[in-house]
Amino acid sequence: MSYLEYQVKSVPTGFRKILYANWALVALLTAVASIGFLMLYSVAGGTLSRWAEPQMIRFGMGLTAMFIVAMVPIWFWRNVSGLAYAASLVLLVFVEFFGVTGMGAQRWIDLGFMRLQPSEVMKITLVMFLAAYYDWLDIKKVSHPFWVAIPLVLILIPTALVLNQPDLGTAILLVAGGGIVMFLAGVSWWYFGAVIAGGVGLVTAVFTSRGQPWQLLKDYQYRRIDTFLDPASDPLGAGYHITQSKIALGSGGFSGRGFMQGTQSRLNFLPEKHTDFIFTTLAEEFGFIGGFSLLVLYALIILFCIMSAIQNSDRFASLMTLGIAATFFLFFAVNMSMVMGLAPVVGVPLPLVSYGGSAMLVLMAAFGLVQSAHIHRPRAK
Amino acid sequence: MKYTQKDIEKSNRIITRRGIVLGGAMMGFMGILGLRMRQMQVEEAEDYRLLAEENRINMRLLPPARGVIFDRNGIPVADNSQNYRIIIVKEDAGDVDDVVARLKSLIPLDEDDLERAMREINRRSPFVPVTLADRLTWDEFSTVAVNAPALPGITPDVGLSRHYPMLEDFAHVIGYVGPVSDYDLSKIADPDPLLQIPRFQIGKVGVETKLEEDLRGKAGTRRIEVNAAGRVMRELGRIEGTPGTDIQLTIDAALQNFAQVRMADESAAAVVMDVHNGDLIAMGSAPAFDPNMFVRGISGPDYRKLTENEYRPLANKTVQGTYPPGSTFKMITALAALEAGVIGPDDTVYCPGHTTLGGRRFHCWKRGGHGYVDLDKSLVQSCDVYYYDIAARCGIDKIAEVAKRFGLGTRHDIPMSAVAEGLIPSTQWKQVVRGEVWRPGDTLNASIGQGYVLASPLQLAVMTARIASGKAVSPRLVKSVSGTADPVPTMAELGTNENHLRWIRRAMFRVSNSERGTARRSRIVTEGMEIAGKTGTSQVRNITAEERARGVTRNADLPWNRRDHALFVAFAPFDKPKYAISVVVEHGGGGSAAAAPVARDIMLQALYGGLPPLEAYPAGQREAIGELHDTWPLRDMPKPGPARSRA
Repeated sequence: MSYLEYQVKSVPTGFRKILYANWALVALLTAVASIGFLMLYSVAGGTLSRWAEPQMIRFGMGLTAMFIVAMVPIWFWRNVSGLAYAASLVLLVFVEFFGVTGMGAQRWIDLGFMRLQPSEVMKITLVMFLAAYYDWLDIKKVSHPFWVAIPLVLILIPTALVLNQPDLGTAILLVAGGGIVMFLAGVSWWYFGAVIAGGVGLVTAVFTSRGQPWQLLKDYQYRRIDTFLDPASDPLGAGYHITQSKIALGSGGFSGRGFMQGTQSRLNFLPEKHTDFIFTTLAEEFGFIGGFSLLVLYALIILFCIMSAIQNSDRFASLMTLGIAATFFLFFAVNMSMVMGLAPVVGVPLPLVSYGGSAMLVLMAAFGLVQSAHIHRPRAK
Repeated sequence: MKYTQKDIEKSNRIITRRGIVLGGAMMGFMGILGLRMRQMQVEEAEDYRLLAEENRINMRLLPPARGVIFDRNGIPVADNSQNYRIIIVKEDAGDVDDVVARLKSLIPLDEDDLERAMREINRRSPFVPVTLADRLTWDEFSTVAVNAPALPGITPDVGLSRHYPMLEDFAHVIGYVGPVSDYDLSKIADPDPLLQIPRFQIGKVGVETKLEEDLRGKAGTRRIEVNAAGRVMRELGRIEGTPGTDIQLTIDAALQNFAQVRMADESAAAVVMDVHNGDLIAMGSAPAFDPNMFVRGISGPDYRKLTENEYRPLANKTVQGTYPPGSTFKMITALAALEAGVIGPDDTVYCPGHTTLGGRRFHCWKRGGHGYVDLDKSLVQSCDVYYYDIAARCGIDKIAEVAKRFGLGTRHDIPMSAVAEGLIPSTQWKQVVRGEVWRPGDTLNASIGQGYVLASPLQLAVMTARIASGKAVSPRLVKSVSGTADPVPTMAELGTNENHLRWIRRAMFRVSNSERGTARRSRIVTEGMEIAGKTGTSQVRNITAEERARGVTRNADLPWNRRDHALFVAFAPFDKPKYAISVVVEHGGGGSAAAAPVARDIMLQALYGGLPPLEAYPAGQREAIGELHDTWPLRDMPKPGPARSRA
C-alpha cells in the first residue's frame, strides 16, 4: 500500500494529530533524558549551570523539534529524504574543508546557538534515504546485485568522509545502520553471509600473516591494533580510560555509592565523565539498579519502535522506524560495551544522556520521524 | 508505481520477520550487557571497590618530632627548632617569575636555592608546593607573612629541624643529624618508612646515631583523598605519631663548654668522670665544629676546611684517639708489681739514668738519674728506671692483666661513634697478632706506657676513677631516657688490695702537691679540694743514640706533629674523691706543662660548679689566671628546665 491509496480521512488531521502520537515513547525519552540531567548535575559537582542546564534547554528544543517533525506527514519526509541525504553529504564535505575540530575528532559547524556535527545528521538521513530507496524499489529487485550496489555506495560515501575526520565511532554506526536497513528491506541473506565471511577471512589473514614473510601490515600498525583490542596492555596510556571506567562501574556495586558520592568521577579518575563515559558515573552512583534501569528504558524505547514499525503497513515508515531504532541501539550498545570493557574505546556517546547538542537534537528529530510515521500510519477503513 | 497486493503482503512479511530477528538480536545483546553489568557490579563489586579505594586514598607520613637531648641539669643541647620556610604553589602564583621578583625585593634569597626551586616548580604539577627558601630569620619570615596578600601563591610555613644550641661544644658527644642518604638506606635491612620521606633527618654520628631508635619516634599517618592528578582533596583521618624519646646525658653543659673553651687552641681531649657512678661529666675534644653546619648541609669549602685541618676537628679524640699513655701508665705497672709481690712500697731501685738490657740501653728521662728510688719517689719524680726494673721482675702478662682490670685495652660501652679499644700488649697478643716472640725490651717500653701500649682519654679517665674509688666504675653517658633515670649499676669491687691503692693515691697526691712533684705547678690549694694526679709525656718518635749523645732536641724545636703528647690524669678531692679527669694534649710537649694546667682548671670548674675563686690557685699564679678568667669566652647557659621542645 502506498500513500496515494491512503484513506486520508482515516488519518488524523490538524492538532488532533498530537493525540495520536506515541506518548509512551515520549515518556520513555523524557525519562532517559532526565537520568542524563541528573548525572550531568552530579558530575559537575552539584551545579546545574555547567552541563545539566544547557542539556535541559537542548532537550526542550529537541522535544519541540520532535513534535514539529511529527506533525508533518510522513510522506513529505519520504519525498525530501533524498534532498536531506544530499544536504548532509554537502555539509560533510563542507566540514572537511571549513569545519573546526575539537574534543576528539568530530568536526562541526558553528551555527551560533549550537555546534552542528554533520556526521550526526548523516546517521539519520542515511537511514531515511535508504528506507525511501527501498520503498521505491521493486521488491523483486531488492537482491539484484546492481540494486544492492547502489545503497552500498550511498553508505560508503559518507562513511569514507567521516573516517577521514577521523571518527571511527560514527563510521561504524553508519555502516551498521545502513546495513541493518538493507537487511530489513529483504536483501538476500547471502550478501550478509558473504560480507561477514569476507570480513572474518580478511581479519584472519591479517592476523595470521603477522610475523610471516607475507605480513600484510607494518609492525607498528599491529601494535596499534594490539592496544586497541587490549587496552589493559597499556594501563597508563590507552588502557587508562578503560581501566578507570571499569573500576568506577564495578565499585558501584548493587545499589551504588549514592547520588553525588561517586569517588571515581568526583576525583577526576574518569575521563570524559560528562560525555562518552557518563554511564560509568551512573553505574558508580546508582549501582547495578541504576545501570540496569537505564538499559530497560532503552530496551522499551526499542520495543515501542519495533511494535510501531510492525503495525505500520507502510514500507517507508516501517523501514525508517526500524532503522532509527537500530541506530539508536547501536549508539548505546557500542557505548556501554566500551565502558564495560567489552569493546575497544571508540568515541560514541550514550544517546540522550551524554552531554552534547548535535546528537541530542538529531536523535530527537529522528524520533519525530518515528512519531510522524506512527501518527500518519495507514489505518484500516 | 503501483504495487500489487501480493507485493505489499510479501514486503510486510519480510519486514515483520526481519524486524523480529533484528529486535531479538538487539534484545539478546542487551541481555549480554545486563549480564556483564551484573558480573561487574554484583559478583566482582568487592574487587573493584578495593581498586577504587586504592585509587583515591593515599597515606602520607607525618614525621614525628625528634627526641630532645638534655644535659645532666636539663639544659637542652639538641632540640628541634622552628624552621621558617617560604613555600610556593605555582598555580596560585600565576606569574611565578613576577612573584619571586617581588619576594626578592623583600628578603634576600639564595641564588642556588632559588634555581633549584625553579627547576622543581617547572618539573612538578602546578599544585605541588615547592620550598623556595628555608631557615629564614623571624624578621624575614614575618616580613613575608605581612606582605602575603601581595604575593599570591606564597605561603610562609613552619617545619621542625634539628638545632644544636651549644654549637661546637657537643659536636663530638651528640654528633649531628643529616638527610637520609642512599648509603644510609643500603645499610638498613628493613628501613622505617619514615626514612623514605625526602630530606628526613637521621643521626649520622655520636649519640644521635647510636640512640637513633629512641630519638626518632614513630611516624604518624594522614589518610588523604587524592584526585587523579594527585592533588589532595581532603584529609580523611590522621593518627598522630609518637615523638622521639627525650634523652638526658650525664654531661654538664657548662663544664663541657668550659673544657672546649679551655682547650680551644690545642688539639686536645679531656674526659671528666664521676668516680662513684661513672657519669661522664665532660668529654671535650678540641678543636670542634658547629654541628648545625651538617644539618643544613655543609658546603664543600667548609668541609674541606675541616678535613684538611691537621688538628682533625672532626675526630672525637676522647674515645677515638688512642695515645701511648706514657708515665700515666706507671700506676698500673706499680700496682702489678705490688700485686705480684716483687716489690714493697719501701724497696728501692738505684737509677743511674739508664739501664741496660740485652746490650740495649733504656734511658730515664733524667740524664743524671734519680739515685735510690722507692715507690713514692718513682711516681713523684716519674723515674723510668724504677719501672724498667720492677716490670722486668713481674712480667708483661701481669701488667696486662692489671691494666685490663683498670679499664685499659677494653672497649667501654657508651653510645658514641668509633669508641676505640686501645691496646694493652701481652706475650700472647704479640704472638697472635704480630707473629713475634715477646722480648724483654718490650716489657720495659710497656712499663712506662710506651711501645705498643695505647689508651684513649676515656680509658685513662676510667683507670684514674678506678684507682680513686677502688671500684670497677664504668663510664655512663645516658642519665635518663624519657624521664626515667637509667639505673646506676652497683659497682663491683676491683679486687685490688686497698693498701696498694692507698700507696698509689698517696704518691699521686705528692705528684701534685709535694715540693719535687712533677705537677706541683698545677695544684689546687683550697683545703679539702686537693688534686692528686700523674703527668705523662709520650714520645711519638724514636730518639736515636746519636741524638741522645748530642742532647735530645727540645720539643719547641720540633715540628708540631713530631712533638711529644702531653698527658695528665688526676682525681680530686684527694681525701674524698669525686671526679677523675684525663687530659691529652696532642703534641703538646711535657705533661706537666701542657696537660696538667688544663686538667686542673677543668677540675676546679667541676668542683666549684663554675669559675673557681682565685684562692684555689697557688698564690703565684692567681694574677695571671685572673686575667685569663676574663678572656675565656664562656657561653651563658640557659635556665635548666624539663621543657619539651616546641614540637
